[in-house]
Amino acid sequence: MSSHHESILREPLVTGENITYSKVTEDILVPVENKPNKAWWIGFTVSAIGAALWVFAVSWTFWFGIGEWGLNKTVGWAWDITGFVWWVGIGHAGTLISAVLLLFRQNWRNSINRSAEAMTIFAVICAATYIISHMGRPWMFYWALPLPNQFGSLWVNFNSPLVWDVFAISTYFSVSLVFWYTGLLPDIATIRDRATGLRRRIYSILSFGWNGSVKTWQRFELVSLILAGVSTPLVLSVHTIVSMDFATSLVPGWHTTIFPPYFVAGAIFSGFAMVQTLLLVARKVMNFENYITMFHIESMNKIIILTGSIVGVAYLTELFIAWYSGVEYEQFAFLNRVSGPYWWAYWSMMTCNVFTPQIFWFKKVRTSIAWSWILSIIVNIGMWFERFVIIVTSLHRDYLPSSWVMFYPSWVDVCVFVGSIGLFFTLFLLFLRVLPAIAMAEVKLLLKSSSDQAKQKLIREGVVDPGQAAYYQESLEKYDSVSPRVAEYEKA
Amino acid sequence: MSNIKYILGHFADPDDLMHGIDKLQEGNVKIYDVYTPMPIHGIEDKLGIKRSRLGKVAFCFGLTGTITAITMIWYMLVYDWPMNIGGKPHFAFPDFVPIMFELTVLFCAFGMVGTYFFVNHLAPGRAPRVMDLRATNDRFVVAIDAKENPYHDKIDNILKEAGAVEVKHNERKYVSYE
Repeated sequence: MSSHHESILREPLVTGENITYSKVTEDILVPVENKPNKAWWIGFTVSAIGAALWVFAVSWTFWFGIGEWGLNKTVGWAWDITGFVWWVGIGHAGTLISAVLLLFRQNWRNSINRSAEAMTIFAVICAATYIISHMGRPWMFYWALPLPNQFGSLWVNFNSPLVWDVFAISTYFSVSLVFWYTGLLPDIATIRDRATGLRRRIYSILSFGWNGSVKTWQRFELVSLILAGVSTPLVLSVHTIVSMDFATSLVPGWHTTIFPPYFVAGAIFSGFAMVQTLLLVARKVMNFENYITMFHIESMNKIIILTGSIVGVAYLTELFIAWYSGVEYEQFAFLNRVSGPYWWAYWSMMTCNVFTPQIFWFKKVRTSIAWSWILSIIVNIGMWFERFVIIVTSLHRDYLPSSWVMFYPSWVDVCVFVGSIGLFFTLFLLFLRVLPAIAMAEVKLLLKSSSDQAKQKLIREGVVDPGQAAYYQESLEKYDSVSPRVAEYEKA
Repeated sequence: MSNIKYILGHFADPDDLMHGIDKLQEGNVKIYDVYTPMPIHGIEDKLGIKRSRLGKVAFCFGLTGTITAITMIWYMLVYDWPMNIGGKPHFAFPDFVPIMFELTVLFCAFGMVGTYFFVNHLAPGRAPRVMDLRATNDRFVVAIDAKENPYHDKIDNILKEAGAVEVKHNERKYVSYE
């Protein structure tokens, strides 16, 4: 492995000086091994209040039924399914980073995969709670499973995309959980071997007795690779099936074949935005600047602009196909979306998802932390509007003009949504506290080949092309705002 | 002879570790195992460890999932309680593909990871068989069975010459977790 050196033109994946293997461990375990700081407590308190609101609003829904939501006879799906699809979509980036980027050997995934996978799991939990609570009688949720009906021998209908969804989401959740936890084992063992007393006992149980022998690592790598191999089509299938909940219906605006690829691109788009939202804050608060570098941020921004543009093409294609189909209902559905009473939702979606991310074409914006964070929030908002537009504007004016209505969310709708965000952040903050937010073993792998200090050593040894070395130094000084070497340079 | 059970050579760098393994093998010293904080690529070939067969295991579990799904759906929708849905065929194969795929992935992932845990004796609460606490942090540790390999001084010298930062003689096999 040491014989392998990366091209000097590649940006370093670990910056900072004197990064040793034990320094990696020390740096990453700071939040786990110490009492949390003020920022964490403030964040946790706010999120926990949100989570409490969620418990209250969901309990309210369970007690009084979904009549407490703003749904009506025409609009039977609104904020619930919007929230569900939004959360599932957010979850997709975690699997994309951990699986697809592993298959493509993108080493920059190593320092962001752990927290992105955790985000996946928490987002899917939020999505699943929407599914359970929108059932109206959540204690009957097992009716969706292939169990014989007590009243006869009727089985679930496997021709229904809603049943496919049950299988897809539960498989996705459990496989993501297994993938995440298997990857955590070596890092939990590291915490275990540094801890004492009760902490050691707890982490010892959680570590499954990991010892890092050759055979363990050999099989571990194969297991990770195969899990990545099966998770890649899995993540594509999950959002494909979510989109089929709509696409296999006959509702104009939903009944389109473009939905699966369009939903998958949108999912990756929103997921990366959420990863960006979380990590830009986490890297600052937890001093992970050396491990989550400007290069990571820029790479994610590049994926955001790519998937955002794919989503934009999908929006335009939908409009074109509606016109080209010659079906007047289809044409009306889209005309109504663009210029009907929900025009503001449609244009919010267009602005947030298609227009604003285009400023990421400028490297200055892509490498600005403030801009990246603001745009990630805008994308999150835009993607929520996308699902709202698809669901509510397709339903609210149906075939019978006398039943045309608007949808107004009730306070319960709002509380469930705001509360689910609180739940998500509560879980994420707890995760940051008890488990390493960066995969230590995987970052250690990069130290000898892709770190700034390894590259500086090569430059000092004079084994690289001087022109390329100058380019490397220059781009680092220009764009990486955190490297101490750069700070020194600025001082001088 | 002493009570020494294992000789541990600590390396601070994976390249030194690989060099140390070469030197030990040249000196005909049998290596018991190597403990590292991260995977070392190419070490399996050096130690003569065979390719893992977990890939085949994963395939078999995946196939089991596919067969389970199609059998289950066929039994429920075609054999046990066929429903007339607009006169369409009961065995609507394209509709069954999504669930067949999901169960393939589910069985494959759980079967493979379960097998991995089983063969490596990984289970919640299992006492960690750790020879040195730093092997999960920043040390790359070669363990040599002291009973099988005589001339401990020679082994110590080989390790030190190869760049070991520390050589330990352990009287117990594993670090005790009280």
